[in-house]
This record gives sequence, structure tokens and C-alpha cells, in this order.
Amino acid sequence: MSGHYAKVRRHAGLTPLLFGAPAMLGLAMFVLLPFLMALMLTFTDQRLVSPESSRLVGLRNYERLLSISALVQDPERDSAGHIQREADQTPVYVRVRAITRSQPAYRGYRPLGDFHFGTRRITILAKDPAFLQALCNTFTFALVVVPLQGVIALGLALLVNAGLWGQTIFRAVYFLPVVMSMVIVSVVWAFLFNRDLGLFNLALSKLSFGLIQPVDWLGNPSTAMPAIVILSAWQGAGLQMLILLAGLQGISQELYDAARIDGASTWQRFWHITLPGLRQSITFVLIVTTIGALGLFTQVDVMTGGGPREATATVMFEAVRHGVREGDIAYGATICVVYFALITILILLPHALLRRRLRGMP
Amino acid sequence: MTPAQHRSIPLKIAIYALMTALGAVFIFPFLFMLASSLKSNDAIFADLASLRAVLPIGALTGENYVHAFARGHIGHYLANSVVITGVTVALGLVVNSLAAFALARLEWRGKQAVLTVLAVLLVVPFEAISVPLMQLVAKLPGLSLGVDGLVLTRSWLDTLYVQILPFIANAFSIFLFYQFFRDIPKDFDEAAYVDGATPLQVYRHVIVPSSLPVFATVTILQALAMWNQYLWPLITVPGEAARPLMIGMEQFFGARRTAWGEVMAYASLITVPVLAAFIFFQRWFVRSVIGSGVKG
Repeated sequence: MSGHYAKVRRHAGLTPLLFGAPAMLGLAMFVLLPFLMALMLTFTDQRLVSPESSRLVGLRNYERLLSISALVQDPERDSAGHIQREADQTPVYVRVRAITRSQPAYRGYRPLGDFHFGTRRITILAKDPAFLQALCNTFTFALVVVPLQGVIALGLALLVNAGLWGQTIFRAVYFLPVVMSMVIVSVVWAFLFNRDLGLFNLALSKLSFGLIQPVDWLGNPSTAMPAIVILSAWQGAGLQMLILLAGLQGISQELYDAARIDGASTWQRFWHITLPGLRQSITFVLIVTTIGALGLFTQVDVMTGGGPREATATVMFEAVRHGVREGDIAYGATICVVYFALITILILLPHALLRRRLRGMP
Repeated sequence: MTPAQHRSIPLKIAIYALMTALGAVFIFPFLFMLASSLKSNDAIFADLASLRAVLPIGALTGENYVHAFARGHIGHYLANSVVITGVTVALGLVVNSLAAFALARLEWRGKQAVLTVLAVLLVVPFEAISVPLMQLVAKLPGLSLGVDGLVLTRSWLDTLYVQILPFIANAFSIFLFYQFFRDIPKDFDEAAYVDGATPLQVYRHVIVPSSLPVFATVTILQALAMWNQYLWPLITVPGEAARPLMIGMEQFFGARRTAWGEVMAYASLITVPVLAAFIFFQRWFVRSVIGSGVKG
């Protein structure tokens, strides 16, 4: 039997290639090829619309994107050697801009942020501080939204799996935001986040009995990103809920019955049966949410345009801003390529390390 | 998880209270959109700071819908969106499931390499390749059906197929199919091969019939993604003719004073068909996602 089977399989010959060809061709042409093109573009000064043809510029784009430097400054002293101080007692330093203009080593750099070490001031400089800020914003967003959305989704899945009447309706309600386009979601939430009139502040104020003052969610650099986190989690949780629900229903009821006979508490059952049983579903949800979070674009584009003060600018937003709106395709492509390399390392590295460790085991 | 009969009455009430409170959070923004689509601009802002914002009360009007229809060629955009979504999803189901079948059920050299490349492609955010992809399609020769018959064009920009072809093959869909196909017991196709079936017959008569849940899942996820596409048509379809619904929304902004009622009416028009489809297919869809038992 199996010998015959193997023979049939061997005779399959070109079939697998034929089956796979359309998809592989599509992916090669519309994903792989543009990616390779992006890679080539990064070494040029190609513009979206330009009368001149592009030139090779070597690593200039990468240099502009990744150059970081630090400026260490001691305070200015007067002729007697005393530290000069401003009216508010902070020491006086030479202005950073004066240095980046005059000293060749710092030409093209702009300040990203600074901190103090005793009376010394250390300023972090970069040629493109906006990109580093965006990188930081995007990773922060992912680090917050992925666990948050996961926990909400798990909670919802447990609720609608509790075996109560009407759970189909609740399930549909929690899923509702998923069918809404992110553009529309962003427009609607911009209203809800309004400082004086928005329902969001109204609800916070009512629920806290007036303790929480109205917040200008999208207009304030420290709350704009949290606002985007909230609406993103709201929009995506329903889909994750369904996937986790699938996982929950795959866990054998007998395990719970046995645990109950052994006197396990609800918490123990959750911790020792539900969570391990959901391991694969949770992994899947985390991977998919992470990929989505790292590509954050639409919400930012519609609601804040990257502001206020770059607080919500993300890597993809920067890439589109440079590559499309400012027509600097080469630089936009450089952002994408560097970002892709970063993500690949972040995702594949733990995987590879884990595999090596497993292989090293006796 | 736990059968309901084990739960005490107060616990049940608490669960219902929690579910209802969460339900309000999830449904309010949607209700706000619907309610606002029936109000004048002034009424929207007057109602904003109270629960009236999510209720269709006060002076209601259908004018927003009339204006929204008058302003853009909604019927035309709708037809474009339906064609784009329908064709992409239909072709995508065939192409991606066939590829996944070859990867999961057939033995061939180079399979592992293809799987690895797929895993990497899975991680590329579409936005990351959208700009070079746009450059690429801007220079591809295409065909266009105009008043003077079929003509060769020098670019894919401003067409329907520029919104379709790049999205048929999809690494994520292949991944979902692959996961599902891999777990179907091998005895099924072995028996068929013994009876002299070809791989294509096995695909059609063994694999597809036992994989309907995953087909449904891919259909819904792809359809939602296509229907709601934003960045790609924004940069590749500047003209009217091939414009999809989502981009039609742009024209409501940027005017001297945004007519929010019309924006909400337009947003409702985009959302309600999808919602109707979801409610109609709900039982089937939910079961399908559940049945497909996605694994990590």
C-alpha cells in the first residue's frame, strides 16, 4: 500500500510547482520584487517626481537615518571660575545649535534629548531625530497595545464562553468594531476624544465622580499615544476574542471536571488548565497583533498627523511622509528597509536562539 | 468553560452587568456614527457631551444621505469596491489554497526553503513595500478598456486591477490554509491516491470539502482587509474612475467647514453593508473561525 502511495507521490513531478506557481509568482512580483527595489533605492537619491535621473549615493541615506552622537558639555564659567547660572539657578551651557553649526564633527546633527550628570549636560544628537523618536513611539505602542488587547480579548472570550443566555448577541457586539474600517473608527473616536464635549471625558468624569479633569486627549503630547492605544485595542479585540474562543472550546471539558473533583479553585483551574490549553492560540494572537502594531499608520494619519510635537509619529508614518508626501522615495525606502531588518531580527532572533538551545540539549 | 448550572445567581448577575457595560463601550462609537448621520452639524455638536450623542433623537433628517449621494458618485465607488473585494477574495481563495496544498500535502524539493521565505514575508508590513510597489506598478504596461476600445497603457495607476492583482497572493492566507491542511489526517488522501486519484482530484474532493471553515475564515479576513483598504488606493488611484468607497471619504474633508453629518452618513454607508453581511453570516462565520482552530 504505502509503496504504491510513495510511487504515486514521486510521479507527482511538476504538480506541486504548478499548484504553487500562481501564489509564488504573485508574492515574488508584488512583495519580494518591491522589497528588492526598495533595497536598491536606498543607495540612490531617487525622487518621486524629478527631471533629473537618480544617482548612486552610497550609504548616505543610511548615514542620515542612523547617525547618533552625544555632546558632553560642562557649564560655562566666569573669569573667577564660578559656574554661570540662569535666573532659576540652572547652569548656563553653550547652545547646542551654536556647536552643530560651527563644529564640523557635529554638522547636520539635531538634538533628540538631553540629561544631566552632576553639572554636566549630555545631549543626544541625531541626524534624523524624528526617525528615532518614531521608532521609540512605535515600539512603545506595540509594547503597550499587544498585552492590553490580548488581556481584553481573553476577558471577552471567557465572558462569552461562560455558557449564559444571550452570549451570541454579546459576541456580535464585541466583534462589531472589527467590521468598521480603521479610517472611520479614527474619525468617530476623534469626536469621542474631544476635550470639552467628548463622551470619553464625560464617562471618565462621571465614573470618577468628577475627580478626573477633562483631558485634551489628542492635543496633548503625553496623552495622544495612549488615546491611539485605546482605540486600537477597542477595534482589534473582537477578532482576537474569536480566535481565543476557538482555543477555549478546544480544551477538553473532562480536564475541568477532574480538577473540580480534586477541589481546584476557579483561579487554579484558570491557571493550570485554561492558560496552558490556550498556549497556541495566545501565541498566534500575540504574533498577529505585534505585526499589526508595528505597522501602525492609519490611526495616526487620520487623527493626529504624527503630532502633537511628533508624539504619535510612527515609523510607517515617517516612511510615507518622506517617501510619498515629500517625494523622497530613496529615504522612505531606507526607513522601510532598516525597519524591516529590525523587526526580522527581533522576531527571528529569539526563535533561532531557542532552537539552538534545544538542539544543544542531550 | 464551566456549565452555567454551576454558577450562583449573584455571579450570573455580575457577569451580565460586566458584559453589558463592556457591550456599551463596544457599541457606543458605532451608535454615535449612526445617530450623527441623521443630525445636522449643529445638532451633532449640541448633543456631543451627553448620551444624546449615541441616540437618534432631536431633529432628525435624511438630508446628509441625500447630500452624500449628491456629492460623490457613491454608486460608482460602491461598484468599484465590490468588484475589487470580490475578485481579489475569489481568486485569492483558489491561488492561496492551492499553494498551501502543495506545501502541506505534497513532497517536493525546495519546500522548506519556500516555507522559510513565506515566514519572513509574513512579517513585512504592507506599508513597508507600498512605496517601491507603487513605483513598480507605475511603470508596468497594462490594458485599458476605453471609448476607443482596448488600448495599451503605460502604467497601472488609476485602474481597478492595480487594486486587485497585488493582493491575490497573500502570505497570511497561505499560512492559515497551511496550518489547517497540515492537520487533516493523511489517511484520507492516501486512500484516494491508492484509488488512482490525481493531486488535483485529492485537492478538490478530499481537502477542500473538509476545510470549509478555513475557507470561510480567509474569505472574511481578506474581504474586510480589501474593503477597508486605505493607503494603497490613496497613492495609486488619484482619479475618479477606479476610486473605491474608502477613498471617496476624502472629499468630505478639507472643505471650508467639514459637514460632519455627511461624513457620518458616508461612513455608515460604508460600514452597514459589511455589518449586514456579518450578521447574516454570523453563526456560520463564528463557527468557522472557531472550527479552524488557529494554531500558533
